[in-house]
Amino acid sequence: MIGIVGYGSYLPRYRIKVDEIAREWGADPDSIKRSLLLYEKTVPALDEDTITISVEAAKNALRRAQIDPGAIGAVYIGSESHPYAVKPSATVVIEALGIGPAVHAASYEFACKAGTEAMYVGYSLVKAGEVKYALAIGADTSQGAPGDALEYSASAGGTAFIIGSERVAAEILETFSFTTDTPDFWRREGEFYPRHAARYTGEPAYFKHILGAGQGILKKSGLTPKDFQYAVFHMPNGRFPQQVGKQLGFTKEQLEAGWIVPWMGNTYSGSSPTGLSAILDVAKAGDLIFMVSFGSGAGSDAFIFRVTEELERIQDRAPKVREMLEGGKIYLTYGQYAKFRRKIRMNN
Amino acid sequence: MPSPRYTRENPQRLHLEAAKCTKCGKISFPPRLLCPNCKGKEFQKVQLADEGKIVTYTVVRVASRAFSMETPYVVGIVELNDGVRLTTQIVDCAPEDVTIGKPVKLVFRRVQQEGNSGILEYGYKCRLV
Amino acid sequence: MRDVAVIGVGMTKFGELWGKSLRDIFVEAALAAIADAKVDHIDSMYVGNMSSGLFVEQEHLGAVLADYLGMGPIPATKVESACASGGAAFRQAVLEVASGASDIVLAGGVEKMTDSFDATAVLATAADQEYEAYYGVTFPALYAMIANAHMHRYGTTREQLAMVAVKNHENGSKNPNAQFRSLITIDDVLNSAPVADPLRLLDCSPVTDGAAAVIVCPMEIARQYTNSPVKVIASSQASDTIALHSRDDVTTLRAVAKAAERAYSMAGLKPENIDLAEVHDCFTIAEIVVTEDLGFFEKGSGGKAVELGWTQREGGKIPINTSGGLKSKGHPVGATGIAQIIELYEQLTGRAGERQVKDAHIGLAQNMGGSGASCVIHILQSV
Repeated sequence: MIGIVGYGSYLPRYRIKVDEIAREWGADPDSIKRSLLLYEKTVPALDEDTITISVEAAKNALRRAQIDPGAIGAVYIGSESHPYAVKPSATVVIEALGIGPAVHAASYEFACKAGTEAMYVGYSLVKAGEVKYALAIGADTSQGAPGDALEYSASAGGTAFIIGSERVAAEILETFSFTTDTPDFWRREGEFYPRHAARYTGEPAYFKHILGAGQGILKKSGLTPKDFQYAVFHMPNGRFPQQVGKQLGFTKEQLEAGWIVPWMGNTYSGSSPTGLSAILDVAKAGDLIFMVSFGSGAGSDAFIFRVTEELERIQDRAPKVREMLEGGKIYLTYGQYAKFRRKIRMNN
Repeated sequence: MPSPRYTRENPQRLHLEAAKCTKCGKISFPPRLLCPNCKGKEFQKVQLADEGKIVTYTVVRVASRAFSMETPYVVGIVELNDGVRLTTQIVDCAPEDVTIGKPVKLVFRRVQQEGNSGILEYGYKCRLV
Repeated sequence: MRDVAVIGVGMTKFGELWGKSLRDIFVEAALAAIADAKVDHIDSMYVGNMSSGLFVEQEHLGAVLADYLGMGPIPATKVESACASGGAAFRQAVLEVASGASDIVLAGGVEKMTDSFDATAVLATAADQEYEAYYGVTFPALYAMIANAHMHRYGTTREQLAMVAVKNHENGSKNPNAQFRSLITIDDVLNSAPVADPLRLLDCSPVTDGAAAVIVCPMEIARQYTNSPVKVIASSQASDTIALHSRDDVTTLRAVAKAAERAYSMAGLKPENIDLAEVHDCFTIAEIVVTEDLGFFEKGSGGKAVELGWTQREGGKIPINTSGGLKSKGHPVGATGIAQIIELYEQLTGRAGERQVKDAHIGLAQNMGGSGASCVIHILQSV
């Protein structure tokens, strides 16, 4: 049996409300909140980045897995905001956690699904017998261009999974990936902000690929939506995951536990992984979980998990997603937010 | 700062590695060659505790250029549960919330960076519990 | 070891000396000291300086300044101990004369700070670079942490800190070489711009250019040069941990206490025998803590002592910083320790003008580096 033996998330404490961003740009906050079903998002402090978020999330995963970090044979971090363009985020995480040096490491990139890429590859290595444990992290501190629609949702956070074959808490039953060339959202090398193709990011991108991977994995596994207790999809806003869930045949109730985007925002590579983490915080033995990520460009990774009795033993060993979402929040003004996100031009 | 000088302190800054004197038990952080307490020369590698309390602190309002974007920020001396003291920033709170004696927990943060093209420098800070 | 005397002194004005270079100011002070001592040659020279490399990108100061001074191919050495560089340079000069190796030695100090636009970062190199400054600790922050601990444990108040600055400005207003000669009030201090809580701008010594120099020689030939030589009856130095966090008690400066113990022992004196003292008030809290560790007041009551007027120039039990201290006179880092010796010399020879303390016979100079990681103390006596 191969699957998740430890999981952990990290969300920064700072927040900014949709109201505050709308006020800055002279937009109507109520219509934005209605259309996006999003109210506030997480903001990384000046001293936080994908690497620091990955370290904290991985520490929580280790608290749950209770394994010797030295037994981890691969560390993969998926992000679209790696602090270095050349130098993998994983090397710092390795030193911070006491992993290695006999370890394989890599950075993954595929817009918002880079985290599930790390999960898929980590899982495959354990399955192939190459490594005993793999650490897969999806984390981001993405930028939304000032005044752009994505500024309301682009947030920061991440989740780490330790994948192995002993004391598995959530077995990975099935995986399926679906990829086409679809330039719905991208960032050219050297540019500071990404760009997107407006409504083209909807049906031809998000929906097409989640449906493609979702239907693909259902067919491959022979399961139907009603077999599942929980479902989580990539969450660019509050509305899209509810719509695609419905199109695939899932109910709102099945999405409830993982639907954290209205208060977290879109943590990009951390999005569906953190939704999964929120589900794992409450799931019980025997539960089936359906997960499909989406990364612009475009593609989706689908997973089916089955929870074991081990999950209940590890849930309380580290902070839970809802605790981090609700506790110790510090709200920022737009000016503070712009400073934290380094949107203000300074002398070098 | 130059890469060699930065990475030499990695075991300490990233992983809290310290040296415990095998003769008298005093923990030196960072590790040393001679125990300042008993002049012993043999040490055991240990990792520092990650919780402690505030011994003293201040709110920095005028900083050097490297930290000028961050003011006001809180720096303090923290005594960890294993008796080791270190100097660090106290983050994710309003300066007014900090008082001597409050418990804290260490967190991993980016401490400095060399402009737009230099290396990123990480280390430990702490948060009020 | 021979007895050593100071026979001449000289210094520049302390302040922002935009038009003068490091070489200019050092030579000006050195020539003034040489003229005051009426010597026609010097055997060797020590230059106290903390950071010429970072401030003006010039090292090898001994050679540079011996060259520009023009007193021949004498041995010349830069001495560095952060803010105690001047005191340390004086100590080296004293030892060289005491040992018999030289007869006429110049001890100078200089710092040219105003060319730099990140003096905070340069000064932070006196702290632990990897474990204090790395995290954004500045010099004001280190002393602010000492202040907070002192206030928390002993009830020292911000008003008492402010009184140190007020007193020192009052003294400095009578010092023609001082950087700031204005009088200030307690409210001025309390309302000045915050720097590192609880320290405000007027709790902190300034950024200053300046140079100072003294000439020392064996006591046995001093009267060939002056009718009023001043004898060095103690010279001591001590160190403490570089990082504030490595000390068990941040409200005490062990290097000061240790150097003081050695100095009093050398001179056969007790704290109550001292008539006046120049101490290292890099920040107002420093003066308070130092006066305790020098044994003038009980630990924890240094603030109360200031409040009761015990350190006033007129009527005080022990006048502290009659020169105006670092706060009002200015703090060109490497020069400060020498300037302290000069103030004692002027006081002990009756040349202190409006700042003159009556019956001043024994003076103590306490110079320290960093957050107290090094301390140099000298006791001088009029003969």
